[in-house]
Amino acid sequence: MKILVCIKQVPDAKDVRLDPKTNTLSREGVQSIINPYDRHALEEAVRLKEKHGGTVIVLTMGPPQAQEILRESVSCGADEAVLVSDRAFAGADTLATTYTLSQAIKKIGGADLILCGKQAIDGDTAQVGPGLAVRMDIPYVTCVRKIVEVSDKTFVVERLMDDGYDEVEVELPALFTVVKEINEPRLPSLKGKMKAKKLAITTLTAADIDADTAQLGLKGSPTWVVRVFAPQLKGERTMIEGTVQAQVDQLAEKLMEWC
Amino acid sequence: MLLIDIDACIGCGLCETNCAFDAIHVVDGIAEVNENCKLCGGCVDDCEVGALKIEGIDREENDDLSAWSGIWVYAEYRHGRIAPVTHELLGIGRKLADLKKVPLSAVLLTDKAGDVPVQLVSYGADKVYVVEDQALAQFTDEAYGNALEDLARQYKPEVILAGATAIGRSFIPRVATSLKTGLTADCTQLDIQQEDGALLQTRPAFGGNIMATIASSNTRPQMATVRPLVMKANVPDPARQGEVIHCTIATERLASRVKVRKFVALEGDQVNLNEADIVVSGGRGLEGEKGFKLIAELAQLLDGAVAASRAAVDSGWMPYPHQVGQTGKTVSPKVYIACGISGAIQHLVGMQSSDTIFAINRDPHAPIFDVATYGVVGDVFEILPKLIEKIKQARSA
Repeated sequence: MKILVCIKQVPDAKDVRLDPKTNTLSREGVQSIINPYDRHALEEAVRLKEKHGGTVIVLTMGPPQAQEILRESVSCGADEAVLVSDRAFAGADTLATTYTLSQAIKKIGGADLILCGKQAIDGDTAQVGPGLAVRMDIPYVTCVRKIVEVSDKTFVVERLMDDGYDEVEVELPALFTVVKEINEPRLPSLKGKMKAKKLAITTLTAADIDADTAQLGLKGSPTWVVRVFAPQLKGERTMIEGTVQAQVDQLAEKLMEWC
Repeated sequence: MLLIDIDACIGCGLCETNCAFDAIHVVDGIAEVNENCKLCGGCVDDCEVGALKIEGIDREENDDLSAWSGIWVYAEYRHGRIAPVTHELLGIGRKLADLKKVPLSAVLLTDKAGDVPVQLVSYGADKVYVVEDQALAQFTDEAYGNALEDLARQYKPEVILAGATAIGRSFIPRVATSLKTGLTADCTQLDIQQEDGALLQTRPAFGGNIMATIASSNTRPQMATVRPLVMKANVPDPARQGEVIHCTIATERLASRVKVRKFVALEGDQVNLNEADIVVSGGRGLEGEKGFKLIAELAQLLDGAVAASRAAVDSGWMPYPHQVGQTGKTVSPKVYIACGISGAIQHLVGMQSSDTIFAINRDPHAPIFDVATYGVVGDVFEILPKLIEKIKQARSA
């Protein structure tokens, strides 16, 4: 089975803060990490490979520095890595991104299964997984929490819904987005780290993927940002003090106003 | 990329001051852009001498935009229940439709419509497009997506709104991609731009650290998913009149390569976390499942839902669907009660937009107090049992 995992390099959220004085995102010391949900997608791909055989390819669209997360993925069990990188991709929204990714995946010969994280923690849109499946004309299941049955032609998986979960059967090739509940990602192995060090990363440019430039980057993006601003600050915080009983009495009184 | 006309730039620094991404600096009297630039274009509008330009932003409009008119709301109906966010969407949809002086329509996809269309009218819809087909008995992205896409191509609405629920966030991207149009996820504010009637879609980004207003007015329909519990539903008016339009979708368009075999409901009578007005949440400070019994008791008393921090879920005290935070759910209830949660940024991004936040924690320096409306420094095992007792007394009095 050829399993492709789409990953994204994102800023580590614990470092991203809005400086209330300058109204800018403070980026000092911000680390780039693999989007946390994508780690679970990678882990699931590696587990499937270990159990059923096959190849795991990680793919990311991003600047040259995104190589780092591809190497990290290989140290955690992926076999091959593809970087899709070109200045023409800059400013892409989810529609342009899914176009670019689908062209790149076609270029490398498609896959039996594509795994993505549920969403990226910087944009939080959860749109790239479904959009990519539509571009590839394959079925998809979002928020997969468990793979129940595996065969050559079909998978049975559980998808998380707001009121419980559905067990669904899917024809391959297919795309799943996964939630964190699906597994516990492993740490890099020593052998994996050695492999990652020596890894030759395939880099694909806009020309390599035969892209229609009108559908790339800003030009191919129907959405644009009109303005960016700081969220409205909440009013003052009130600390409820006194003896435990006094605290409880005040707390109950405040709560009863609302509940 | 961002182009800077160095002859026009006067080095005033306005762009540097206003950039939310720290991406532009005045060096030796000329603006310089760095790799933080998101191409948001804020500086282009700010620049008083016209020295900034974004390459490739001369947007062309797709076909005849004026052919698209009216506001649509996807009416989420599952297992015999209208998702409450549908009523909220009809509330904001009514406002937008009135601003634009166009009709508000609801779209209902189901195997059995019953009196749902009448209810949708009572909440503000002028028209209800109904597709009733056995193939829609279970939610599948392909059947639901194709049905909505085909209706949109036929009736040409200028705006389509849906709830940012598990279902909305799953199949709405399919519709937007197929229609090659813009989609903004998880909006918390919607408005109409006066000059050109464009839909302005505001959403939190970077885990709520900044807000971004997005437009997609050169393509149609303009699509957005909207966070539950943010918009206000209208009071239903049973006397309201509306038109119900029954539509058929070609059988092959309702086929799905994903088949639902069974549904397993949330355990017990738990309240759906995304729809709850009151959320009682516990963290590491609860020390185990026993601590969560207190949380569950308080939640039940207040008719709220139970949530947990990642630490509590990873320790196995609560199942994953209850996790709030970066790798769990984002909630914005009226009241969020954080018990024994220190408030790591990964948790805060999932709950800081709640209306009123109560925090109970032993550590007076816990970051949860930075976002709290009311803070109590104390031991949850002392405070919660007394609080439960006190509320019970007050209720029975």
